[in-house]
Amino acid sequence: MLRKHSYLQLFTAVCKKDLQLAFRQRAEIVNPLLFFLIVITLFPLAIGPEPGLLARMAPGIIWVAALLSTMLGLDKIFRDDFHDGSLEQLIASSYPLPLTVLAKVCAHWVITGLPLVLMTPLFALLLNLDSQSLVATVFTLLLGTPLLSFIGAIGAGLTVGLQKGGILMSLLVLPLYIPVLIFATSAIDTSSMSLDYSGQLAILGAMLVVAVMSAPIAISSALKVSVS
Amino acid sequence: MQLAGPNGAGKTSLLRIIAGFAAPDEGDIFWREKSITKSYDEFARELLFIGHKTGVNAQLTALENVRFWLQIQGYSNEQDLYPLLASIGLVGLEDVPVRTLSAGQQRRVALLRLWLNDAKLWILDEPFTALDKSGVAFLQDRFTSHLENGGAILLTTHQDLTTHFNDLQTVTLEYRH
Repeated sequence: MLRKHSYLQLFTAVCKKDLQLAFRQRAEIVNPLLFFLIVITLFPLAIGPEPGLLARMAPGIIWVAALLSTMLGLDKIFRDDFHDGSLEQLIASSYPLPLTVLAKVCAHWVITGLPLVLMTPLFALLLNLDSQSLVATVFTLLLGTPLLSFIGAIGAGLTVGLQKGGILMSLLVLPLYIPVLIFATSAIDTSSMSLDYSGQLAILGAMLVVAVMSAPIAISSALKVSVS
Repeated sequence: MQLAGPNGAGKTSLLRIIAGFAAPDEGDIFWREKSITKSYDEFARELLFIGHKTGVNAQLTALENVRFWLQIQGYSNEQDLYPLLASIGLVGLEDVPVRTLSAGQQRRVALLRLWLNDAKLWILDEPFTALDKSGVAFLQDRFTSHLENGGAILLTTHQDLTTHFNDLQTVTLEYRH
């Protein structure tokens, strides 16, 4: 048997499988987006359609909706692999598990985070967000949503073996999302005052770098605990 | 080596501990005189584990499943798999999602890996489940050739092995409360 040990091959194989599966069950991509859309349309209905008020609240609304819709998709990230035994095969592979996990989280972001970022201009219209804040919102989502996927995947890894892990996962993960939320909304607020918000973006970027480096290791350990 | 014992005796648990998925309460597992907890990657390179949950994704086709497995184990993915699919009786079914196949055919998809690896140690948990008679015989032929090549097999099964294996050892676990 020919062995060709290549980290790239592993990464693309894992990514490709998850994307393939997601496109075969399109509801998985569409449902969190619809959820995001519905949450956002609920706010003008509940608060009243005053443009100034909506524009003031828009960053918060978009970010809370993004948090919640990411949570929706997180449950799926390791569940199927856990139940059909693929996770064991991935652990018993000669490749390092953190790399596999990194690929899975990246695929998860492409499925849940990226569409969200792309749809933001539409949501901004609904909430009367000005173009300046829109740019800031897109930037914060671009840096923030992968961060949400990485942090969330730790919770998903810990709870994948439990019967009803969904709620527990939310309780574990949502508090950890607070720093992301604070810096993201603060960046958007700052931009709406026409001030420089690169500081907040830099902090988000730094958090993302730390997450990319360390979260895969934490997720791998969590998965090993869940499998045993 | 065959692990025997009644339901609940701990056969699967023992296999999972030996494969390194679960930690033993006491003691350690050694492979080539090295503790597997310390050098797991080395051990994993020579291990093939097919458990009760086979690691076959029901939404993907047989071919996609096998190719994915080859890639995550670091094998080359360019070989022609059709002769193998034909010999195991899956030709014509390679492009339909595995969930539409019968239980025995799904098991065959998982067992395809036995022909596609160079692992020394095979750990198989109930490999004959859902297989028909010809499937069982075919699988045992593969066992024979693996053993002739110097490999080792550790399996659990409730069926009697129909082929005679020269140095078959049976370890029976007892059920204890």
